[in-house]
Amino acid sequence: MNVDVDKELLFITVIGQDKKGIVARISGLLYERNINIEDISQGVMQGYFVMTMLVDLREATADLENISHVLQQLGDEMGLRVQLQHQNIFKAMHRI
Amino acid sequence: MRFDVEEVFETASMTLYQNLDIRTTTLGINLKDCIDSDFAAFQDKVYRRVSTFGRSLLEKSRPLEVKYGVPIVNKRIAVTPVSLIMETHCTVEKYLAMAQTLDRAALDAGIDFVGGFGALAQKGLTRSDAVLIEALPEVLSATQRVCAFLNVGSTHAGLNLDAVNLLGPMLKETAQRSPNAIGCAKFVVFVNAPEDNPFMAGAYHGVGEPDATLNVGISGPGVVRSVVERIGSATSLSFRSVLSARCSRSPAPAN
Repeated sequence: MNVDVDKELLFITVIGQDKKGIVARISGLLYERNINIEDISQGVMQGYFVMTMLVDLREATADLENISHVLQQLGDEMGLRVQLQHQNIFKAMHRI
Repeated sequence: MRFDVEEVFETASMTLYQNLDIRTTTLGINLKDCIDSDFAAFQDKVYRRVSTFGRSLLEKSRPLEVKYGVPIVNKRIAVTPVSLIMETHCTVEKYLAMAQTLDRAALDAGIDFVGGFGALAQKGLTRSDAVLIEALPEVLSATQRVCAFLNVGSTHAGLNLDAVNLLGPMLKETAQRSPNAIGCAKFVVFVNAPEDNPFMAGAYHGVGEPDATLNVGISGPGVVRSVVERIGSATSLSFRSVLSARCSRSPAPAN
């Protein structure tokens, strides 16, 4: 995933059981709030299905609190753990 | 810069499954400029300073919690050692009133603890220091969020045995006055106290510090708790090896 310093980039991490509609429902929520998806990756880590989305919030029509809240709600509905985190935390954890 | 899915998962799972959190943010606040010969005005300035800065700390903390997806568990304030600012108001009654002012300011602002109700008495006691010690049993039992400290010695000056001598009866009285002796848990006694300390219950804002200083403590207790829950029963040696492996992949515990 390429990280562009000019953009307001955050990662959405979805962890749980793979099922239909995860990408569709999250994408729908993001589209409604004018959030662009820059990249999507997925895999199986330590027995968990993991999907990560890199999203750009520069032109978002909702604030972070709202976006985080609706993602959590969706996660609860679908039995998934959903985490929204700014890219800087990944830079700090994984890059010198 | 690229991040692969393994790296994103590793970091996200630290907060989701391993209780990585910001254990505390401690805002150090200078109160020296609040000193006033009119005690009511002095209390009012202290209340405004602590509650205003406290609210600001909370307002600034929440967006950061959301932005990084990392909870901030405790919000605390440390003030200038109170015996220094109370030099011209050193009676037990006024010390108690000042403690209640700090307690109310913390409560109203939503701050968990306010530290600094103490004295640096490593070489000797001022009158203000002695009155503070006399007031501590009532202060620690009558307030909820005020934390106290006393520095009673240093490598350079040795032990201040006059202060040490006062501590036993003070602690005993504090234990008797407060339910389950909880008042004693809000008091720290130091030797070689640092110039400034953000760690509760012995936190205070050092006199060499600027008007405000923010200290951030990354989770140690949350990560340890997660490891203990995960491994169930273990010998101390095997627990140590599991914890070492976990900590080598996580930020170092700071509080």
